[in-house]
This record gives sequence, structure tokens and C-alpha cells, in this order.
Amino acid sequence: MERNVVTTDTELVISPAPHVSDQESVTSIMYGVVIALLPALIASMYFFRFRALWLVTITVGACIITEWVFQKLRGKPITIYDGSAIVTGMLLAFNLPPTMPSWMAVVGGVVAMTLGKHVFGGLGHNPFNPALVGRAFLLAAFPAAMITWTSPIDGVATVTPLVQMQMGRITSSYWDMFIGNVGGCLGETSALAILIGGLYLLYKRYIDWRIPVSYLGTVGIIALAFGQDPVFHWLAGGLMLGAFFMATDMVTSPITRKGKWLFGIGAGIVLMVIRLWGGYPEGVSYSILLMNGFTPLLDHVTRPRSYGEVKTRA
Amino acid sequence: MSKGRTFRGGIHPIGHKELSATKAIKVMTPPAEVIIPLKQHVGACCKPLVKKGDIVNKGQKIGDADAFVSAPIHAPVSGVVKAIESCWHPAGGKVQAIVIENDNEERLDPSITPKGELDQLDADAIKTIVREAGIVGLGGATFPTHVKLAPPPDKRIQTLIINGCECEPYLTCDHRLMVEHPDRIIDGTRALLKALGISKAIIGIELNKPDAIEAMQRAAVGHAGIEIVPLKLKYPQGAERQLITAITGKEVPAGGLPMDIGIVVNNVGTAAAIQTAIQTGMPLIERIVTVSGEGVKEPQNLLVRVGSRCSDVLEAAGGFTGTPKQVIIGGPLTGTTQFDLSVPVTKCTSGILVFNQLKTAREPDPCIRCGRCVDVCPAFLVPTTIARYVDGGKLNEAVRWGLLNCIECGSCSYVCPANRFLVQSIKLGKQEVQAERHKKTS
Repeated sequence: MERNVVTTDTELVISPAPHVSDQESVTSIMYGVVIALLPALIASMYFFRFRALWLVTITVGACIITEWVFQKLRGKPITIYDGSAIVTGMLLAFNLPPTMPSWMAVVGGVVAMTLGKHVFGGLGHNPFNPALVGRAFLLAAFPAAMITWTSPIDGVATVTPLVQMQMGRITSSYWDMFIGNVGGCLGETSALAILIGGLYLLYKRYIDWRIPVSYLGTVGIIALAFGQDPVFHWLAGGLMLGAFFMATDMVTSPITRKGKWLFGIGAGIVLMVIRLWGGYPEGVSYSILLMNGFTPLLDHVTRPRSYGEVKTRA
Repeated sequence: MSKGRTFRGGIHPIGHKELSATKAIKVMTPPAEVIIPLKQHVGACCKPLVKKGDIVNKGQKIGDADAFVSAPIHAPVSGVVKAIESCWHPAGGKVQAIVIENDNEERLDPSITPKGELDQLDADAIKTIVREAGIVGLGGATFPTHVKLAPPPDKRIQTLIINGCECEPYLTCDHRLMVEHPDRIIDGTRALLKALGISKAIIGIELNKPDAIEAMQRAAVGHAGIEIVPLKLKYPQGAERQLITAITGKEVPAGGLPMDIGIVVNNVGTAAAIQTAIQTGMPLIERIVTVSGEGVKEPQNLLVRVGSRCSDVLEAAGGFTGTPKQVIIGGPLTGTTQFDLSVPVTKCTSGILVFNQLKTAREPDPCIRCGRCVDVCPAFLVPTTIARYVDGGKLNEAVRWGLLNCIECGSCSYVCPANRFLVQSIKLGKQEVQAERHKKTS
């Protein structure tokens, strides 16, 4: 055999094990979430027409530009291509009424990216869901614009099913609420479109089933306990969007299995307290934001049992 | 065939086993020179029994230690001791080694004689044979086998588990051994049972090796007490604790040993080595090495003398296909990268892998808390939290979160979409904690 086929004068790379990894990256996960949001985007474009596409576009644009400016100012690497700003922008736009003035939507995007994300150090470090921080800011700053509703397709003034409930007369049918033919924020009305995207997220394992199940389950149980219709509560307002796309946000929800259960249950309780006894008709964003604040604590107290660890007996 | 049992957690890396799974074991011509590290096992380092200029025979004991937890080493070829000097160990660091120049005479040492029929040997005789043959765990842990066969009197062993999982990608040495020499594994298993004084053995094999399962089942016919159990395909099924849980459903206590729940685990290669030591008297001087990866011209399984240089083995496999970027000894998930291809094959070299491009080594991103590491951790830990505590110097918190229960399988780093150094930080933390505890006790 010919000698010297094998020499050592090539540069070999030394690295700690493991020496292989799977193909998933932060970017691929973020774009996966964008894909999952597309059915809801299409539904909102059908029901709220050109206005929906316009608001989503400017909000996403505001988020991307804000991220770029912030990272430039701080001298940090630019990460606008990782898809996370698009997700935040889309989710924020989905939480806006169709009549929202454009400049307010832009302000919401700027606040979401700065106060919601980058003041904490950017992706992975924010304690609260950035899109919901943006929405909460808008709700506090421009309350009138945030609760002005128009009906789908023809765009005349209307109220949301939850406002109907507060006024004591629900006129929207289950079917209209399921497909999204009711008043409400851009991306929250169509349970059908959200479920399609949510199932995709579950299939790709980008979200954990425990949070939507415990969130929706708690809401259903409390509704029943107080003589309300659980199906109405599931389909009304932003619950579906919140349960599948915002409560499940990886960064701001617990990482342990038990923590996820408690997170969903807690959010469900807060939501129903707001809906049944609160001043606002809707409480999805506040229920999630409040539980975001508990996430570090939930993780801390729900350390899982390690393999081989004896269960502590009382 | 049934679905197969398994454990909770784990990953499904691409196997790449087709590169070498169908290649019959080929005997590699012994090289002109071998390098025998004096430490190829867990435990005390051997002292050389020969000196420079001595003539040695094939199979002659050339290093041993007085300590119980140790294993002697033997000359894999006949020849002259050229030097006793320090060399690079494939697992990292330097180690004293005996360099032998091969005279190609294959002159057997007079001590190499058949040890008789298994029926005529008692438990102590088998343990002595295993110890004197320098047999260690060939799955990679290299724990001296005779130590596992001598549990303290308060531990009652009930079950022997033989590990035929080979769950690391690329590696096929155990697979080929099971397909080509199932009888040797069964005989070795019987010897292990006899040494332990028990009658029940379970051989676990993953379902991606149907030919191995079939061959082993055929060989086990007529041996009551030896059962072949098919297991689902999943990494790290071959990790001792995960294999025990997959087969028995029981968990090894944290900080404890399998013998605490009456179980001893040995690798199929170890069983076959014991059979050889009894039948021919030949100590552990050669092993099957899978040479694979897209950087190797002819991926295959070679029967290699211990002490052969990595470069000799690669040459026997046809050399490189291009410019290698990374050479790994062991599997891709737990193996060690090499910078000097003159390192020798040791008793635990299951594979030599050559990659022409890196399959990780991207820059880490911030943790997005996706929880993939939590889902796959077979020790049920929260790797990202532990790694963060270690990185921040909070070792006590890391220990509270189960740092010391990590089995270092690397599944967390494998799945991490942010390419974070999870198992790497955790290993470092374990070393620091152990060093600190060592300092306190001494």
C-alpha cells in the first residue's frame, strides 16, 4: 500500500463533544412561527380587507427598523434577519383593531421592541412578551382607538362578542365566532385560522401542548362553575390567539413541565377574573403579562425530579 | 417484532451506520510499531514490567498495578521494547507508554494456553482469568471488568444486562460482532453469569439491527436464562442507566451504582473478550474499530491490535477522501477530537471518524428557553438552567438543580437551536465540584 496517504500536517479542529447537532436554529423556529401565523393573516385580510395587510406591514416594518436602530446604537450585532422582530410585529398587529390609526400602530411597534425587548438585552432576555407590552402601552395611551370596533367585510361600527356579553345580549353565532366573522382585533377573530396555525406549531414542537390545554381548560372550568358558556369564552376575544401564540412564547413562559401547567392555570384564572368582574371586557393580554412576571418564580419552584432521585416522602 | 422498550428522553440523530454496517470485520495487518499506554482503564496506572531492549512475546503481560481497581496490559505483538516514553492519549493528556517494535514473528507467550471448559471453572477462576486478561468495559467506560464481578457482600446481584445497543451514530463494531460472532458473546455471557453466581441475563439490542437481533436469538437457543430484548432506536440507550431503565423499568439511585439495584451491565464486546480469554488464553490485545465518516475512503470495521496508531488504521481503511477537518475517536456525541494522528488505539477505541467539514461549531445565540434540552435530557434535568449557573459560578445552585446527575450524553447540546454549550459547561461544572470535594476530603 502506498504510504503517507495519512499525514498530520492538515489543520484538525479540536472541539468538545458533541461533534454533531440537529438542523434546527433560532431563525428556523422564528420563521416557523411566522408560517404558523399565515392562516390568521389570510383570515384577517379576508375579513378586514386591505386595512389588515397595511397595519401588519407597517407594524412589522416598525419592529424591524426599531431593532436595527437599537442594535446600531448599542454597537451590537444586527439580528433583524432572525425572524423574531417579524413575529413580534405580526402578533402586535393581530392585537390591534382594524381602525387603528397607522401612526399609533407604529408607536406600538417601537414600544414593543424597545421597552418590551431591547432594554432587557434583546432576544432571550425579555421577561414580558414584547407584542403584549406594545399592546398594553397602546391600551393605556390610546384607550379610545383601541376599543373602536368595526364589523368584518363592510366595516361599519360594531361591538365585539365580549362587549355584547357585558351589555347582556350576545348576538354573534358560534359559527361566526369560529370562522372569525365578528368584530375584534385583526388576528384574533378567526379561531379556525388560529387553530390551523396552532396545530402546525404543535406538530413542529415549537410550542408545548401543556400551556394551551391548561389555559383553555381553566377558562372552561371557571366558566362552567359560574354558569357561563365555556365555548363562548373560548371563541370570544383574543383567547385562542393568546393560548396558542402568546402564552406559549418560549422566552417568557416557564421551561419546566410543571411550570407550564401552573402558568396556564394562572393565566386562565386571571383572565376569567377580568372577564367576569373586571372593568375591561377582555383580559387575555393582562393575564399573560401577569403570568410572564411569575415565570422565573414558577421555574424556580418546579425543579423536576432528576433520574434516580428518590421521591421525597412527607 | 414488537415496538421495543425504551427510556424517557433522548434524541434521534442520523445514524450513518449504513457506511459500515454491512462490512464484515477485516483483520488489519499488525503495524511495524505499537504504542501501549500504561493506563487504558479507570483506576490505577500500570507500572511497566519490561524495560527498554527487552524482547517480548505476543500476549505477554508488560504492565500491571497492585491496586484492585486497575487492569494489566499485554504486548499485542512479539518484538523488542524500543522505548518507554510519554505519549498523547486519545482521551487527552499525556501518559507513559511502552513502544514495541514488531518483529512480525507473532511469537506466542508461553503463558497463553486455553483455560479449559467453562463447566470446569468456578467463579473465582473466571474472575482471575478476566483480571489477568486485562479486560475492561469495551463500551467506552473502560471500567475494569473484574471489579464489577466482585460486588461488596451486601449487594445482591440478580440480573446481568449485556449492552448491544450501540446507539452512537456511525459506530458498527458491536453490530458486526453480534452478527458474526454471536456464539462468542453468548459464551462470554455464560461465563459472566457463572462468575456472578446468577442465572438471568438480558441482552438489549436496538431495533435498527434486526440481523444482530436474529443472530443473537439463534445463538441463545438452548441457553435458558439468557433473553434477547429488542429496544426502540434512541440515543443514549446504550448509557448504562438508560439501558437499565429501558429493560427493567427501574432507576439506578442518583449517586449510586447499578449494583445498588442488583444489576451488573457489560458490553457485548466485553463478553466476547472474556470468551476469548477462556477459550484461547489470549488477553485483550485487539479490538474491533469502526473507521467511518465521509472523510474516510473505505469505511469499514477492522480488527485492530491495541497500540496501532490512528494513522495506521486510517491508512488500512484507504486513507482520506479529501482534506479532513475533524478526526474523532469514539462516537460523534461523546468522542474526543484528535490533533495528532499518531495517538494509539486503546482498549476503548470503538471508532475513528473523519469529517471533512465541521458538523457543529457555529456561534452560540442567546437561549430562547425553547425547552428542547429539557425534553431530551435522559436524566430529567434542566440543562440550560444548570449551564447558566455553572457559567455564572454558582456551583451550589447548579448542584441543587442536579448537576452531578448529568450523564454527559450531549443530547442537550445536540438539540439546542441556539448552539449553546450546555453539556460542555455542565461537564466543566462537574469537574470543578468534584475537584473541590476532593480538596475538602484530603
